[in-house]
Amino acid sequence: MDPGIIGQSLARIEGPLKVTGTAAYTSDHTKERVAYAVPVGSTIANGRIAALNISKAREMPGIVEIYHRGNVGALYKPSPEAGAIDEARPPFADDVIRYYGQYVALVVAETFEDATAAASVVDVVYADVAAPNVELQLVADDEPAEVSRRGDPEAAYDASPIKIDRTYITPAETHNPIELHASLATYDDDGFTLYETTQAIVNHRNVVSEILNVPRENVRIVMKFLGSGFGGKLWPWSHGTLAAAAARNLGRPVKLVVTRKQMFQTVGHRARTQQRVRMSAQRNGSLTSLRHEAVNDAGMLDEYDENCGEATPHFYGTSNLLVTGGQTRRNIGSPTAMRGPGAVPGLFATESAYDELAIELGLDPVQLRLQNEPTRDQSLDVPFSSRHYAECLTVGAEKFGWSLRSPAIGSMRKDGSILGWGMSGCSWLAARFAAEARVELHADGSARVAIGTQDIGTGTYTVLAQLVAETTGIPIGRITVELGDTRLPPGPTSGGSMVTASVIPAVLEAARAAMKSAIGLATTLERQPFKGWSPEDLNFQSGKIVARNGASGKQIDYHEVLQNASVAMVSGGGKAASTFGEEHPKRSSHSYGAHFLEIAWQPEIARLRVNRVVTVIDAGRIVNPRAALNQIEGAVVMGVGMALLEEAHYDPRTGAPINSNLADYIVATNADTPRMDVTFLDYPDTKLNELGARGVGEIGLAGMASAIASAVYHATGVRVRTLPIDIEKLL
Amino acid sequence: MNSFTFTRARTIADALRSARGDVKFLAGGTTLVDLMKLDVERPAGIIDLNALPLAEVRRTPDGGLHIGALARNSDVAHHPDVVRDYPLLSQALLSGASVQLRNMASTGGNLLQRTRCVYFRDAAMACNKRSPGSGCAAIGGFNRNLAILGTSAHCIATNPSDQNVALTALEATVHVTGSNGERSVPIGDFYLLPGQTPERETILEPGDLVTSVTLPPPAPGAGSTYVKLRDRASFEFALASAAVVVTIKGGVMQRARVAMGGIATKPWRNLDVEAALEGQPATRERFADAAQILLSDAKPQSRNGFKVELAKRCLVHALSVATAVT
Ligand SMILES: Cc1cc2nc3c(=O)[nH]c(=O)nc-3n(C[C@H](O)[C@H](O)[C@H](O)COP(=O)(O)OP(=O)(O)OC[C@H]3O[C@@H](n4cnc5c(N)ncnc54)[C@H](O)[C@@H]3O)c2cc1C
Ligand code: SF4
Repeated sequence: MDPGIIGQSLARIEGPLKVTGTAAYTSDHTKERVAYAVPVGSTIANGRIAALNISKAREMPGIVEIYHRGNVGALYKPSPEAGAIDEARPPFADDVIRYYGQYVALVVAETFEDATAAASVVDVVYADVAAPNVELQLVADDEPAEVSRRGDPEAAYDASPIKIDRTYITPAETHNPIELHASLATYDDDGFTLYETTQAIVNHRNVVSEILNVPRENVRIVMKFLGSGFGGKLWPWSHGTLAAAAARNLGRPVKLVVTRKQMFQTVGHRARTQQRVRMSAQRNGSLTSLRHEAVNDAGMLDEYDENCGEATPHFYGTSNLLVTGGQTRRNIGSPTAMRGPGAVPGLFATESAYDELAIELGLDPVQLRLQNEPTRDQSLDVPFSSRHYAECLTVGAEKFGWSLRSPAIGSMRKDGSILGWGMSGCSWLAARFAAEARVELHADGSARVAIGTQDIGTGTYTVLAQLVAETTGIPIGRITVELGDTRLPPGPTSGGSMVTASVIPAVLEAARAAMKSAIGLATTLERQPFKGWSPEDLNFQSGKIVARNGASGKQIDYHEVLQNASVAMVSGGGKAASTFGEEHPKRSSHSYGAHFLEIAWQPEIARLRVNRVVTVIDAGRIVNPRAALNQIEGAVVMGVGMALLEEAHYDPRTGAPINSNLADYIVATNADTPRMDVTFLDYPDTKLNELGARGVGEIGLAGMASAIASAVYHATGVRVRTLPIDIEKLL
Repeated sequence: MNSFTFTRARTIADALRSARGDVKFLAGGTTLVDLMKLDVERPAGIIDLNALPLAEVRRTPDGGLHIGALARNSDVAHHPDVVRDYPLLSQALLSGASVQLRNMASTGGNLLQRTRCVYFRDAAMACNKRSPGSGCAAIGGFNRNLAILGTSAHCIATNPSDQNVALTALEATVHVTGSNGERSVPIGDFYLLPGQTPERETILEPGDLVTSVTLPPPAPGAGSTYVKLRDRASFEFALASAAVVVTIKGGVMQRARVAMGGIATKPWRNLDVEAALEGQPATRERFADAAQILLSDAKPQSRNGFKVELAKRCLVHALSVATAVT
């Protein structure tokens, strides 16, 4: 291996395409004779369709067809083995309306404008309309599932001198990537080619082929560039099914772009959660018990487990612990994963509780955390693969200047504002999905890596090029990265911050196999330096084949070998198994981090702003610090939004997500961005993969809301346990 | 969006002549086109005003300022006379929307921008303003952004503009031309309370064209400011805003002009508030008294009760800034 490229802050290799507007995102693709589809959504959340009057819409200009339950054709529920989907009911499967915006018809027309106009005059008659259940208080419908238990948390709690018992609530949030969900579907003799906004092309193909009841081989998914997803584009949604069904029925390409409003209705959101946390401690701060009992809401048909206790069992050192999770059904569209699912809302609760416990104990919150740092994963009873959480805390405290904090409420002031200093820890899982890859070395001196994963805007193109450059020594500019197409060897889902960790073993193996092939070729060529050598005595270095001992001084460029042999390329494949969800893992793998931050509170105008954030992240080896920094900084800004601004509101009478636009669903803007100082500890976790890289996509968001809530308490004395921390809670 | 005709007016007379029936004037389009896409505005025809010579900003003979109806919000905000003599108008404009929107938005269009009530903007919802007699879904619904002053049982929508609040404190005059000739209307009389007819927002008659806004000469020696409070730091409508112009002599407020935004169904001016300030020492106590009067008949809705306190703090803070009282 040629060290050096891994760990370099390289700019995105696809950056020039993006900034010149030449990168084709899903809805940029077009086809000859394409028709435009616009779905009609229900305007009730609970009832049924009595009649669908489409005669007026049919008369509108440009109409091609209007689909509904009666004519859409056969659509099936995917089997559980097919893969992941959060709304398994195929669109139009019955006449029952279970959430506001549920698709009831699909208008297809010659232009988008024609389809939109006609969709607005489709007249739906509803019956049995009942008040929707969008109740905000969450009580599990069934006995909550026990996620983790150890010791006797009930008895330990009762016997402890210091206890807290608090309930925390996180609201429904919507993902709101800039790019709208979209689908361009074509159907011909070879089957379906679907251009999709997806974070998981392979899963998409596997699930959609069952919905459409065609062989997997007859479905091809293409996704070259994603305008972000945040989890909302992990699994297939109904609009993609409808576009494919329409293309099948019409025999012409159909494009469907979901509106921003529909993005609040039919493509998932972060579930609302209500979490009770009970913690107890000895007076010296030693944690004697922790109970974390969460409930989240779900749609009427599909299970959805937010898994708020994802980080709880391993993160906190205590002998007595209970984690449970329950669900309750509401008339809402199915929730789905949103950046840091489970851990992000979960850590808001447990880290806030930890802060409250520290105050109860009169201990510094950093001290309390250091004091209870576990030496092994007590839930699985296995060692950690690599855990440097304590160092995150101490380095962060040092960089922030935490020792200067005066703990009394409202005691710190600057420029006419009251300052609040808060902190929080964070954690996120580390694992690998299965991956296959192919690497080709070409006779013109270039290389190509092909893998059926996708770049969701996070830098996967660049990381893949770095891996091949590092292994082969071929300059990064000569490496082509091919991804985003299910014709390529199946790669990992872009979820769980696992792509980088997952692709490393497969890509390195593939590159090495290709290099080996080039070496083998070199030993067969007449009149060449290595004719008759044993491949074991040769090495592939910086794009050259060299003698292993170096003594002979002989070398040859690999592409010369290929040219001389008259082959266009040599190639190799690589394959690595999944470690995700292993039942009996040998070690506990997670990333860790800590946020320290300052807020400014101006009570005279009720203005709260986050001034600065110091974040320290232990995410294994950082393959590309620049791309990693983007992820953490972006997540910190998203954390400001989560803590202070974001909430999807459901109208209590109609069940409509009512602030369904970017003016009323407020996210952090550039002007809300704090000063950020991010540090990566960069300890390789070589138990996870050879390079020791974990992932950085989600962890930066975890713990942000609790750090802000803790700072707000420090400034104002108000402990906000229900997000977001809006103005009304502080007046 | 539905089909419509599109006419470009070359002259004012042209525009007035074309303004028959179910048509709408188009200036920057940042309200109108948006609402057409949402199926809320469904005009049969559009008359594009952008070729009309109405973009000028110039001094008036009396030392005031003339702002053409098509003057862009950005141009007005950065106009040297506005920055020097009417800084709160500049502040108000720059606190609104985004650079891109302000480059398109016009003075006249801003005067006539529609409410941001989410139920008004959603054709599937009951809304008396959009569809008279259908009811008001905001009452008892998501009304956090809506009004606590000037409401009726039929509508509680806010006038969301920042510009109009500053213009109200500056006692602007709106100049209109229409089939009944030219009229000049003090901004205080321009907007209507919703009452039983929330669909009627101003005194404009169908086909009336706003040609300009004029400001009286700046009050000599006055302190002024525009304070806008909202959840995030930019690109959000006001939850509460205050435009104040105060002249002080010997620590006593001689003249006070106060207008509030984000809390009322129209840019809100209450003469009792100004009377409670004038002749009084510029102290936080007197400011608080005035704020008390301002909010005394506030009618909070299910989700916006916090605006009573927020508006008080907003006004007290604005008066403190304008009079340099800390
Ligand atoms: C995302 C977003 C954020 C925004 N944020 C803010 C904010 O924070 N603060 C704020 O104050 N505003 C905000 N706005 C509103 C913006 O200021 C208005 O949309 C803009 O001022 C309207 O001006 P326009 O020229 O584009 O009007 P148009 O859309 O062209 O017209 C608006 C209305 O006025 C009529 N009209 C226009 N000109 C005339 C005329 N001369 N005579 C008669 N009728 C006329 C039109 O027929 C139409 O009904 C925001 C808008 C958007 C889209
Ligand atoms: S407040 Fe006014 S604009 Fe909003 S729904 Fe009610 S009537 Fe319509």
